Amino acid sequence: MLQQGINALFNFKTKRMNRLKFVKTAGAATGFLAAGGMGVWSAFKPKVFSKHLTILHTNDVHSHIDPFPANDSNFPNLGGVSRRYSYIQNVKSENPNTLILDAGDAFQGTPYFNFYGGELEYKLMTKMGYHASTIGNHEFDNGIDNIAAQLQHAEFDLLNSNYDLSNTSLGSLVKPYQVYEVNNLKVGVFALGIQLDGLVSKDLYKETEYLDPVEITQEQVKILKKDLECDLVICLSHLGYSYKSDKIDDLKLAAQTRGIDLIIGGHTHTFLEKPSVVDNLDGKKVLVNQVGWAGINVGRIDFYFDEAGASENKSLVIEV
Amino acid sequence: MNKVSILLLILGLWSCSDTPQKLVKIEGKHVQISDSITKNKELEGYIAPYRKRIKDEMEGVLAFTPEAMNKSDFKFNTPIGNMMADAVMEMANPIFHERTGKNIDLVLLNYGGIRSGINAGDMTTRTAYNIMPFENEVVVAELASDELQVLIDYLVQNKVAHPIAGLQVILDAEGNLDEAKVNREQTRLRFLDGQVQKKSFYVATSDYLIKGGDRMDFFLKAKDIQTLDYKLRNLLIDYFKKKDTIAPARDQRFIQLQN
Repeated sequence: MLQQGINALFNFKTKRMNRLKFVKTAGAATGFLAAGGMGVWSAFKPKVFSKHLTILHTNDVHSHIDPFPANDSNFPNLGGVSRRYSYIQNVKSENPNTLILDAGDAFQGTPYFNFYGGELEYKLMTKMGYHASTIGNHEFDNGIDNIAAQLQHAEFDLLNSNYDLSNTSLGSLVKPYQVYEVNNLKVGVFALGIQLDGLVSKDLYKETEYLDPVEITQEQVKILKKDLECDLVICLSHLGYSYKSDKIDDLKLAAQTRGIDLIIGGHTHTFLEKPSVVDNLDGKKVLVNQVGWAGINVGRIDFYFDEAGASENKSLVIEV
Repeated sequence: MNKVSILLLILGLWSCSDTPQKLVKIEGKHVQISDSITKNKELEGYIAPYRKRIKDEMEGVLAFTPEAMNKSDFKFNTPIGNMMADAVMEMANPIFHERTGKNIDLVLLNYGGIRSGINAGDMTTRTAYNIMPFENEVVVAELASDELQVLIDYLVQNKVAHPIAGLQVILDAEGNLDEAKVNREQTRLRFLDGQVQKKSFYVATSDYLIKGGDRMDFFLKAKDIQTLDYKLRNLLIDYFKKKDTIAPARDQRFIQLQN
């Protein structure tokens, strides 16, 4: 009987594990032990926060693999993947519980894309340890079938929730969401793409169908927060930061929905001075961030958690 | 399964189930990737052969430009946009004329299609790749005068420095259309009077815009479309080769009058 009970539990556990992606970090094992230990020795809890998750993110890198040249009038000597990788490694050595995300338009902008069609962009993102990216409008520049072809070079997840791709070559290759388990925190990531009609030629995006980002967000949040019990929900968005018109953008999305903790945006190449904080439908704070383009900046968001009981009376502190 | 492993499994499940966590603090910042950060050597080595192949093809000097230019330099028309539209007129018209016996009346590209600025100094093949990374080709659309009017209205309404050549659009102080001219034949178009002297206009543009890109829907109603099998980027490379110095200026092709 006891044996059966354990097996059932074990099966349940295995099943759950399949839905999740465990992020292997050097600190994961340590975190595991620390968490177990703290249950016993909670009276002597040595640190302020029980868990610390770091998100590093880019958007609209546009094939800028090399830094801008020294004579560039806007961004001399800035950017470049080799330096970005060094920065990523520094952060990971400081906090192994780090997720690396991108908000799309990795393709197009330098001869690297013209020559290699996105192969090198995806190979380098894989080497740098990216966990997920999404489909920006420029991912379609050599056609949707080229995205499918280049995905053989990507070991990260390409996510999109609001394109119906079922009648395209990406149908089985792009997932609507992914849950990453980092140090026993469940981080749900979903992704939104911009309306393609009028922006990308139909012969490039083919049978891709655009679905309403606000409706899709509520659907995704329900899955991630309610069904899969994520501790954090992140939206990778290629909608754009802000439009004067009623066209959907990241700020409107944050305000018109519930359940998102962080929107990592792109498309408008917006250099924000700092992440924006927006009230959602429940009056809860949503962070909206975007870091310009071309890999000039990397966004860094640190999330600190406490055990729910111990921090009942603490309100969320946002330092940006 | 022996007793010890069952015990371990229970312990494992227990510690894995973990105390519920509450988000208590968020910190956010932007980190500039500057040359104070050391390059990762392994990644540099990985990129090196890819870079070399491109470099070999990119670095030949084609022309010189004394000043840097960016598409956001001015309102309505800019040196870089004028250069691109003029290049299309100069390089594409002989091809179009040879094939059809007709001439391009005007050129319209899009502001968003200028993908980077041009730095002062040598212009190389890379410069052309930077400003025009896309594989788009030059096409010539035959537009009826009604559609040309829609094209002009589009410029008047958007007030964006889309690259144009062969066309002059003058706005009054309120931002409404004062007058529009198609220069090549000095055709004076007074659409409001309904006196249009020409039935068709040949508009050179890109195959991105011809398919309704940037909402230039008037191109969807073109009577005829002639592809020139000439990539915009190759056209620019040929234009740079043809000129020693590229020094375009802002001019009167799209302006707003002041009171």
